Amino acid sequence: MTALTEYLPVLVHFVLVVGITVALLGAHALLGGRRPTPPKLLPYESGVWPVGSARERIPIRYYVIAMLFILFDIETAFLFPWAVAFRQFGVYAFNAMAVFVGLLGLGLVYAWKRGALEWE
Amino acid sequence: MVNWPLEIVRAVLLTAAVFTFMAVVAAMFGVLLERKVGGWIQSRLGPKHVGPQGLLQTVADTIKLLQKEHIEPRAADRAIFNTAPLVVAVAGLMSWVVIPFGTLGDRVLVVRDLNIGVVFFAAMASLTVVGILAGGFASNNKYALLGGLRSASQMISYELPLAMALIAVAMEAGTLSTVGIVEAQAGWFGSFAFRQFPAFVIFLIAATAEVNRVPFDLPEAESELVAGYFSEYTGMRFALFQLGEYGEMFAMAAMATTLFLGGWKGPVLPGVVWFLLKMYLIVFLLMWVRWTYPRYRLDQLLNLSWKVLLPAGLVWILITGYRVTF
Repeated sequence: MTALTEYLPVLVHFVLVVGITVALLGAHALLGGRRPTPPKLLPYESGVWPVGSARERIPIRYYVIAMLFILFDIETAFLFPWAVAFRQFGVYAFNAMAVFVGLLGLGLVYAWKRGALEWE
Repeated sequence: MVNWPLEIVRAVLLTAAVFTFMAVVAAMFGVLLERKVGGWIQSRLGPKHVGPQGLLQTVADTIKLLQKEHIEPRAADRAIFNTAPLVVAVAGLMSWVVIPFGTLGDRVLVVRDLNIGVVFFAAMASLTVVGILAGGFASNNKYALLGGLRSASQMISYELPLAMALIAVAMEAGTLSTVGIVEAQAGWFGSFAFRQFPAFVIFLIAATAEVNRVPFDLPEAESELVAGYFSEYTGMRFALFQLGEYGEMFAMAAMATTLFLGGWKGPVLPGVVWFLLKMYLIVFLLMWVRWTYPRYRLDQLLNLSWKVLLPAGLVWILITGYRVTF
């Protein structure tokens, strides 16, 4: 079986999902109508005039979380194939992954001690 | 030789079955159930006027939302603002591809039993965050921006424990295919809810956070952020955000059923009925939690993920590996 036949139903599902959502938006464009007035287009800030722009700089801690996430997400990318295959390779595969997970665990402990997980 | 027309017809039929299932079971009945359960817990009646016992309430709401005006706030990033809800809705509905919801004869009812089904599910679940973040950024609204940022940090934090739970189950079953995982669970006590109990708990908590539900609904905390990332959305685009969220929530419940409760398996009753019963058990649990607990603070939320669930998940993976190997 080729990759295309394997994923054909996924493709069909995707096309139908996009079709339905776009059809809903189309119906909305037809039925909804547009009568914009200046006050209606203001960003909502509890009814008072908005102050400044919403495109501000973002606190550094969001970046820290994002970087930590990328590290551990790559780890899970390695764990998934291992999870399926490790039975065939016995003790060796288990030990290898224990070392890998242990090293990343140490990394987590380090980040924790350095305050990367503190929010205040 | 592959018979292309037959393959396409089969895929269309299965997808149509999934959509009918989603429309009737999740959207129409699910949203109503949420409000009925909420009413019941708070000693009120919930919706009851549209159709018998309020059964058509969701249809009425959809028709109302279709007639609402589409408003693009001034200075919003139009292209991103308009497509963000589409991303959320499509991602929420795509995760249903790999969920087996019963058997018909000796065929399993699933759009496609991918050999990497669990990875596909995790990928679709994490795609939602792109739409939410894009919607929050594009609105040019401070509440929306804060909601989008919170949601991004929350969803990527809880994706890790979720993946750990999925990996532990895949290790025990020896496969990433969802049908294979269901077949690896035999009998009541063979279900992974017992053999993989810590993974089950981690999955439920992470799934609740991943679909932004109470007690983890910070991205749309209505008492501080109006409605969070969809504050500026109206009409059908607002509805698409809701659709994506409910699609995702039911997909999470369906995945919990598949991975931990033995999927469609059960005595006497047909598979689809068992699948629905188990799925609604999980859905009811999520609703019960929603109407019972207050909201977490952002630092508590991230602590729970990074300092409790993630280490616990790593340790549990090692324990499972040790048990299977030795």
